[in-house]
Amino acid sequence: MINKILVAAGIAALVSVPLWLDNSYLLHVLVITGIFIIAAMSLNLLLGYAGQLSLGHVAFFGIGAYASALVSLGFSIHITPQWVMTVEKNPVWLAMLAGILAAGACGWFIGRVAFKVRGAYFVIVSISFAEVVRLVALNWVELTQGPMALNNIPPLAFNSFVFLKKPENYWLILTVAVVCYILIRRLVNSRAGRAMVALRENEALAASVGIDVTRYLVLSTVVSAAMAGAAGALYAHYVRIVDPDIFLFVYTVTMVIMVVTGGKGTLAGPVVGGLIFGLLPEGLRAFALPPEAQWIAYGVLMVLVVYFLPQGIVPAFRNLFQSKKIA
Amino acid sequence: MRAMLAVENLSVRFGGLLAIENLSLEVREGEVLSLIGPNGAGKTTAFNAITGYLAPSAGEIFFKDKKLNDLRPHQVAAQGLVRTFQKTSVFGGRSALDNVLIGLELRATQTPLEILLGMPKVAREERELAAEAERILIFVNLKNRKHELAAALPYGEQRLLEVAIALAAKPKLLLLDEPVSGMNPSETASFMAKLAEIRALGITVLLVEHDMKMVMGVSDRVVCLSQGRIIANGTPAEIQRDPEVIRAYLGERHKIARR
Repeated sequence: MINKILVAAGIAALVSVPLWLDNSYLLHVLVITGIFIIAAMSLNLLLGYAGQLSLGHVAFFGIGAYASALVSLGFSIHITPQWVMTVEKNPVWLAMLAGILAAGACGWFIGRVAFKVRGAYFVIVSISFAEVVRLVALNWVELTQGPMALNNIPPLAFNSFVFLKKPENYWLILTVAVVCYILIRRLVNSRAGRAMVALRENEALAASVGIDVTRYLVLSTVVSAAMAGAAGALYAHYVRIVDPDIFLFVYTVTMVIMVVTGGKGTLAGPVVGGLIFGLLPEGLRAFALPPEAQWIAYGVLMVLVVYFLPQGIVPAFRNLFQSKKIA
Repeated sequence: MRAMLAVENLSVRFGGLLAIENLSLEVREGEVLSLIGPNGAGKTTAFNAITGYLAPSAGEIFFKDKKLNDLRPHQVAAQGLVRTFQKTSVFGGRSALDNVLIGLELRATQTPLEILLGMPKVAREERELAAEAERILIFVNLKNRKHELAAALPYGEQRLLEVAIALAAKPKLLLLDEPVSGMNPSETASFMAKLAEIRALGITVLLVEHDMKMVMGVSDRVVCLSQGRIIANGTPAEIQRDPEVIRAYLGERHKIARR
């Protein structure tokens, strides 16, 4: 009961932010942080629960962004020199759905391909996949405009209501984040979540009691990729320009940092880690540090968290709370 | 009509090493059959081949007349053949209760879509599964440990938890790979009592074990393997008298001690 009130109060507080925060730059930072939190939550499903480190996670994010942007803008490609496939402009909500599906389909593919490889090999498969996708985005100029980027991507709109300003985009991201959180919570508190954890903890034992490890690994990559794709689609229609730099490795690293520092394999971990490491650079700017010092402070804090709270912030606080209750 | 489990002319080869050669063996419904033999005789290899962890080089394995050769481990488990491992094997980072819940996978019917949609059926089933997991923990006397991490349990209790996980998968045939190795005599004695209770549930047992007191005490039949081949097959009393078994495995001392 107390928990429910706390959650409701927390959500109400988050909803109220654009009403009192009269700073559109900070709101922009919050929107971008929110998008990364959604991506980090999706990574947590794979890394924290199923125990598979996907170091190419940004590929799903980028595929969602590109697919959604292209379907909304419309495009035509030459399948053979004579035969041209053309997709007309589509409403943005439909395009976003296409982005989510495209990312999910790629997740299915990776899950199937990677079903025999674990650990370091899965990491290599995922990195390679992201790099291949980046090269495609860079070089398939007819489709993606290559380094010229996709411009003038339309914002999300329903009838006459356009998600153009910061506050409505903030609420949109918050809604999607809450939905993703609920979906992940349902998943991990079910047979599927237990099977993923079993795969992480002891794969041979999991199989011995009838757990179809491949099936659940594919399920987790599909759901994870689709959510990352949703985050990418939101990103594309918010910043309204997408270029191949979206596939940069550093974005994957950012997601991994959010998950690991927050606490992998916990529901709140990516949210807490995402808020801290998403907002930290801005927080440091408030102290008027030069940019180099900001990144040094960022790095130092990260090292400290990993060194002193190896399980992450959320499990550490939970332990603190529980040991107090016992004492 | 074959026996419940019928292994026919099974061979397993690792490169040039013939780990199991032309092994034929039957487990009849309701019995406890023990597989004994010196280290390296091929007992665990036979387990791995039967449960789909290893592909046999030759031969066939039937369970209730269904061929198991091409099934993967989780499919073998779904047939009702559940094994434990020689090396203690639990989900260390999870509570004892969660360990058994994971073992209940085959009894759950919820689908991914139902889970994502948050159907009431899922919550209902989760409550039923939790209650069932608790019953299984009571059965192996681990109820008061249910919230403790599996890795933090004492060794003997981890081995009991392994059996609880296997029982959760509702085995018709339970394959136990050295369940009492490393246990002290009183733990072994209580495990033997537990095995009798498992048997009373109608579960057939195939046991690999080095503890001869346990093997001779619980088995209906004993099969002795040496260097990948069966050298004897009979009741515990027959096995203890068998000169071949004494030479290859039990040793002369055992014979003298019995007199």
